[in-house]
Parts: sequence; structure tokens; C-alpha cells
Amino acid sequence: MKLQIEVIKLPDKPWEKEGLTENEYEMIIKLLDRKPTETELGIFGVMWSEHCSYKNSKLVLKTLPTTGQCVLQGPGENAGIIDIGDNDAVSFKIESHNHPSAVEPFQGAATGVGGIIRDIFTMGARPIATLNSLRFGNLDNDRVKYLFKGVVSGISSYGNSIGIPTVGGEIFFDDAYEGNPLVNVMSVGILDHKDIATATASGVGNSVMVVGAATGRDGIQGASFASDELTEDSDEDRPAVQVGDPFMEKLLLEASLELIKSDSIIGIQDMGAAGLTSSSAEMASRGNSGIEIDISKVPTREANMTSYEIMLSESQERMLVVPKKGKEETVEKIFSKWGLHAEVVGKVTDDGMLRILNNGNTVAEISAKLLADEAPEYKRESKKPKYVDEINEIKASNIRSNDFNEDLLNLVSSPTIASKKWVYEQYDHMVMTNTVVGPGSDAAVVRIKQKDKALALTTDNNGKYCYLDPQKGGSIAVAEAARNIVCSGGTPMAITDGLNFGNPMDPEIYWQFENCVKGISKACKVLDTPVIGGNVSFYNENPKGAVYPTPIIGMVGLLDSIDERLTMDFKDEGDYIFLVGETKEELGASEYLKVNEGKVDGKVPSIDLDLEKRVQKTVYTANKNKLIKSAHDCSEGGLAVALAESTFKYNIGVKIDVGINTSNKALLFGESQSRIVVSLDKKSVNEFKEIAKANNVSIKKLGITQKNRYEFNNLINLEIKELKMRWETAIEKKLQ
Amino acid sequence: MKAGVVTFPGSNCDYDVYNVLDNIFNFDTDMIWHKDKTLDDYDLIVLPGGFSYGDYLRSGAIARFADIMEPVIDFANNGGIVLGICNGFQILLESNLLPGAMKVNDNLKFVCKNVKLEVINNLTPFTNQYDNNEIIDMPVAHGEGNYYIDEKGLKKLKKNNQIVLRYKDESENPNGSLNNIAGICNIEGNVFGLMPHPERCSEEIIAPNNNDGYRMFASIIDEITNRGDKIAR
Repeated sequence: MKLQIEVIKLPDKPWEKEGLTENEYEMIIKLLDRKPTETELGIFGVMWSEHCSYKNSKLVLKTLPTTGQCVLQGPGENAGIIDIGDNDAVSFKIESHNHPSAVEPFQGAATGVGGIIRDIFTMGARPIATLNSLRFGNLDNDRVKYLFKGVVSGISSYGNSIGIPTVGGEIFFDDAYEGNPLVNVMSVGILDHKDIATATASGVGNSVMVVGAATGRDGIQGASFASDELTEDSDEDRPAVQVGDPFMEKLLLEASLELIKSDSIIGIQDMGAAGLTSSSAEMASRGNSGIEIDISKVPTREANMTSYEIMLSESQERMLVVPKKGKEETVEKIFSKWGLHAEVVGKVTDDGMLRILNNGNTVAEISAKLLADEAPEYKRESKKPKYVDEINEIKASNIRSNDFNEDLLNLVSSPTIASKKWVYEQYDHMVMTNTVVGPGSDAAVVRIKQKDKALALTTDNNGKYCYLDPQKGGSIAVAEAARNIVCSGGTPMAITDGLNFGNPMDPEIYWQFENCVKGISKACKVLDTPVIGGNVSFYNENPKGAVYPTPIIGMVGLLDSIDERLTMDFKDEGDYIFLVGETKEELGASEYLKVNEGKVDGKVPSIDLDLEKRVQKTVYTANKNKLIKSAHDCSEGGLAVALAESTFKYNIGVKIDVGINTSNKALLFGESQSRIVVSLDKKSVNEFKEIAKANNVSIKKLGITQKNRYEFNNLINLEIKELKMRWETAIEKKLQ
Repeated sequence: MKAGVVTFPGSNCDYDVYNVLDNIFNFDTDMIWHKDKTLDDYDLIVLPGGFSYGDYLRSGAIARFADIMEPVIDFANNGGIVLGICNGFQILLESNLLPGAMKVNDNLKFVCKNVKLEVINNLTPFTNQYDNNEIIDMPVAHGEGNYYIDEKGLKKLKKNNQIVLRYKDESENPNGSLNNIAGICNIEGNVFGLMPHPERCSEEIIAPNNNDGYRMFASIIDEITNRGDKIAR
């Protein structure tokens, strides 16, 4: 084999620049039976990065349940797909853009939105909704304010322009995320079964085309950058952050969907992390083929780009397409209609090699399977962290409180619980005119035009729970997501997981990772919500340490009829309020403890997944039978906050008069799981009780809805208006 | 009778408007491509919301040079009914079919929420189903909706009754527009641009208890059906 040796001589430890280890470098030499060229080593660097290869997580991820009746496409493609009946399908996935957002919040977040949307339309689905799950440090910190504003305006800028509504998500603030915010974006699309596209290259001699934007020098080695810890020097990595162009992506979206519908392609793949390299290697590998690309044919934005740069650029808004034989012109025609490039840059071969030519000279030649599927898999050392055994028991007497009125006001104005109106009013959450229940609800509900059914969408995770007890925290994240779907009238269908952790080489971090996944796996099995895809983001650390383990669960639920939608808001005065599920003496890991004592400590609330399922079934069935008028799950801030949130929309208050078997603090602010507050007309009460009984679930009457005031036993007595004002203005005040 | 909705590259409310006309009103509606150089026989042309050409340079500034704009301008000058929503309004300003200009929102942020509007002129083809001074509710979603016109221009707008919709008051004004202006028409009354999105409150399912957008489309269809192509003011 003749390989043109590139001008640049490799440095002493060439693997370091590419983020590889010396062992991996030696492994590459052995596998190739020679030393790699600079371009080849760069290709290995990104393909064997955690971001592309999941080398440190694969063995653990394999334990997740990925099959189920509704699964049409599980993990391994650009995004998973589920069946929702009548030949309709839903494709969805969550992805992180943490490191780019930490150094360049606007572009980092914007391209996070762009990247995941591309994954969805690559599957042949029209994206109809976006959600984002964000984590920031303390909002009193100026740098955090800068990151927060930048991320929100990046999401707003990209999402609004491309015209896909941002319908929901959640935001937490905690010191643990300072310097390393988490930006996870979930995109959801719908498609006909017959339009499902795959990212496969096959058929010897078929053309390989690059379509969309031209290739520039931005985002080079972004995947490797994402697979390392952030340091004080990370600002210098800003060139590794890509620059987004939502207008270009809107054109690419329309052109790609038109192309997929035209039935003229074999495969299509988004160029995301590791750009041309990963898209070509993965497409070839899936099709058991090879791909030969002449990079001199790739349209570039800048002159004199080296093969290394072209192969590793992460310029956005590009796709790789393998058309059916003779359909190149159709591709060109459709793309030129939308004003986009479509260039033949190579062909499919049968030798299984990814071969890169530059003006006819071979600059890289590596087995595609070796790159895409045969990266080393590591089972890292795992060790239970010491802090886990040092967790204190939190009793009611450990939390200082002068006045429960003040406690509730403080909780609703803590940024994590406070209204996110300041954020979502910057997002177009209505475009496409499908948003039936928008941001600020338990789950967003979007209709499907011309059909009776609808989708419920949510993202959830409590990082404090996962830090204090990763396994329970993982299970609770899934349980809460499912609860939110049920509170919106849907049946939980499937999840996508965005797994955000610190450095996996640290045994304690690896232990957190393993245990979170164990918890997720358990809950998914019981609640029958398989994992159809997701994303792993390691190395989320700042100089002070790792972020909380934060496996974000994005869940999609199905409403058989849009008329079955349910919201959290109390609708009428004089309705009965019931609590489904049981309140225990559980104040550990609560927002109340954090707000009043500044502590993250204590036992995470217990979770009985079987009970969870029955609680959800009770509410689901009661809603199907049209018995309940509102439903809201109890999460951060406990029952008192859940009730408050239900009063705001229509200014309908509560008069709670309930016997207690816990401390007042646990009753009001404890975060016992598997609890849902419902309101119903008096005449529905008996039938509702029967449903609960049939499901062996305990329910308790809390009181009734009333005009204007929030009254809870003799503990809290506030005007709704005051409560709402504090809740609604808290974040804006912090930013002033 | 037929309506046409223009798709520019970057339009993203085109199908939302199409959906209302075609599915809610059963009104025969075509999608029109920006590269078309002629227009069929239409009774209504809608320039929809979105980010035509990415809103690069200035919103609407590039779209005015699209091939389709020449026949649209002719259509408007011949008395055809033209509705510009959000980005469509911006394009109408850039094309000089309506007077004035659009600035970035005064708080520099994109805003998406429901606002209260006051109907100032119900004698247009777009507002004949409302009462004058009626307060209505409509969503806005824009980053550049801060309408501006010089003093002389404003006087002229007022004199000719061209201010059709105003934000109810300062507190409802989401962008800092002059005189709380939300929508204006040309002197003849056949061309109308507004920042709010009537297509987002034309169906009960997505806008409960709000038919204020529905009534705008109903006005136009009433005009077309009952008054032919004669423009009454």
C-alpha cells in the first residue's frame, strides 16, 4: 500500500494531541501493522473518543432494556423510533452540548439544538418539538448569569429561527454545576413508517455525496474536546466550538425530508461529532461496506484546508448521502431547489475500508469497522465514594424554620422551583400550531394535526438525589418522568437518556455512573419504558470537581385522544383535592433542606416502583373515566409547592385540612415519591375511591379549592397573588 | 376563490396559515414558491411569519428581492388583498407596500407570549368582524417588532385611519413600538401587516376561549365572498 506521508512530522507523543492513550496508540499500530499518518491518527482520535465510541460506557449501557412492543428502532442509529399506531411513528433523542456551552454559551447551546434536530430529520421524521434540560451554578454568581443568559439566547436564536417550538424542559441551579453547565436538548419528530431512513452505505459503486453547508475550520476535534475535562485554559478551546446557522439548517431540513420522501436514497447520515470521519465510517460499517472519499471534492469555505482539517471539521448543517444508483441528479435537483450544495465526493466499495484520497493520493486507509465498532471497550475501576457512607439522617428538627408562610415563599422563589417564564418567553413555543399544553406544565402536550392522538413530552432528573444515592436517583428520574406523562393524560411509552457525569477514570465517578444506570434500568423495566437511544457525556468537571451525576430522562407518552389531556391547574372553586400515594417522614435531599440550611444531605426519598406503577395507573384510569379535573406530581418542594403551582393559572386557592402522621415539615415540604395531587368534582369522589381501591393505592382527601387564598391546616395562610408574584418574578430579579 | 401563501427560504409559519385557511375555513389555498415570477388569479396573498433568509442583514430586507415579490407588489397595487404576519409585515415594510420600519425589540430579547390588542379600525377587509375599540388577545413571537415611523409619517397614519391594531397599553406592548402600534394598513386598506399571529388563535384546541385570530381570517373571507374585489373602507 502506498501512503503519501504528509509534510508534518509527527511529534514525540503523537497520541496526546488526539486524546488517545499510549496503549491505544500501540494498539492502532498493531491493528494497522504500521504507524498511522497524521490524518489517520486524527481519525482514530475522534472515532475512539468517548463521544463517538462510548468506550468507557458501552459495557454498562448494554444492561439497559432497549426492546419493547413499541420499539421500531433502538439505539445505534441517529435516533430511536417508536410506533404510535396507524403507521405513525415518533423519533426522538436527547443530546448534550455541555463543554461547548461552558466556553461559548450562545453558540454552544445553539449548535446543541441544531445537532439533535439533525439527528431526528435524518431518520426521516419531521421535528415537531424541542425540550431542553439545563443545569447551572448558583444564579448569584456573575459568570453563571452570563452562561445562563447566553445559553437561553442561543437556544432561542436557533430554535425560533428554524421554526420548531421549544415546548418544555427543566432547569436546576446548584453550585455543583458552576463552571460546567449542562445543556441537554431533546428533539421529537413524527413520521410515517414507510419513510423511516437509515444511515447505511451499501451497493458497490454507489456514489457518496456531501450535501448542505460547505466545510470550514470550525469545531475541529470537537469530539475530543468534549471528551476531556474543562480546565482554566479551556477558554482557549473556543475554536473547537462550532458556529450554527439555523437558516441553513432549515433549508437542509426541508431538502432532506423532500429527498427521503422521493425514494431515491439508500442511506443518509448527519455529520455531527467528528464530521465527515464518523459519518463515513459509521455508514460504511453499518452497511458492511467500504467508502472511498476524495476530499479535494468536498466543498470548503476556506482555501488550503488540509485533509486532517477536512476530515475532522465539525462544521454544522451538513449530511452524507448515498443515493440509489443513477439518482445523483435527483439529489442535486432537490438540494439546488433549496439553494444547497450536493457534491459527489466518493463511492461505496466492497473492501470494508474507509479510504481517504486527496487529489488521487491516499492519505488514510483504515477498516471502517475498526473505527466505528471496534474501539476498545473499558470496564473502568469502580469504587463506592466515601461521602455516600457519611450521609447524615435529616430529621425535622435539623431544619430551622420560623414561619411556614416564609418557608413556602422562599421555596417558590428559589430559582430551581421558581417560574421559568423569563426563559420560555424567549422561546417560540407555539410555532407549528400544535402546542396544546406548553412550557411550565408537568409534561408538554402537542397534537398531531388531522389525528385525534397527541404526544406528551417531558425531561426529568434530580441531580441531588443521584449524588446522594445514584441508584435510587436513577430510578426516581424515570419514575418522575412517567408520572409527569400520566399527569398530562398520557401513557408512558419510551425514554431517551442523557447521561452526564464527571471523569470516568475516577473510580468514584464510575461507581456513580454504574449505579445510576442500574437504577434507570430497573425503573424502565417495571414501568415498561425501554431506552431507544441517548447520549453519554463524561468529563463534566471544573477545577473544583465533578458535577452531580445527572442522567436526564427524556420521555415520550401517547394520548389516545387529545381530549384526554390533563393539566396541573385547579379549575373551579369547591372542587375536592385528593393526594394519591403516601407521605412519609422524608426530608433528606429536599429542596427545603437546601433552601433553609444550604445543605445537600440526607437519605433520598424511598421509591417502590411497583407502588409507583399503581399510583400512575390510578390517575391514568381516573382520567380515562373523566373523573379528575387536574393532576400534578409532587416533586421538588413537596406537597406544599405542588399545591401552590396548581393555584397559579386560574388564581384558585386551596383550603387544606388534613390529619397528619408525620412532622409538619415533612408533610409540607418532604419529597416522598409516588404522590400525585388531583382535584375533582364532589360527585366523582366515590368512583375515584373505587379505582384507587382496585389498584391498592391509598388516597387521602386534603381539602377543597377556594377563592384567592392558600390555607394549609393552621400552618400556612397566604394570598395567591403574593405567592404567585414571588414565584413568577424570582429569576428576573436575580438577573437584574 | 383562492388564497396563496408564499414560502420564502426560512419561512416557518407558512403551513400554520395554510392549515387555518385550508382545514379550518375549507378555503381553497395554494402554497406559492418564492422563485415564481408570476401569480395566478388569487383573492388573497399571505406573507407568513418566520425568518426569511435567516433574517440576515435585517428582517425582510432580502425577501423583498425575491422573484415572487414583483407580482405580489403588482397584485397589491391593483387592489388585491395582502396580509403580512410578523416576518410578512417586515417584508411589506421593506417592500414599501407599507410605511415605516422595524427595529429590534427594545429589551433586545425575542418575546413569545399572548398580548392584549385594541382594534382601532374595523373598517378594513381584515377586521370587519371586530368592534372598534374591542380588546382582543393574540400571541406574538418576534425579536424585531419595534415599529417606527417619523412624526410626519405617524400623523399621516393617524389621519388616514391606517393604524388598525394597537397593543392595549404600554404594559401590553412587548417590543417598544411607537404609539403601541401592532398592525397597520396602506391608505387603500387592502394591504395589512401585523406583528401578532392570528393563525395561532384560530382553533379552540390550541387557543381555548380565543377566536380572535379566527375572526381575522373570517373578516378576510367575508370580504372576498360578499364584496368581490371591491375594496370598501
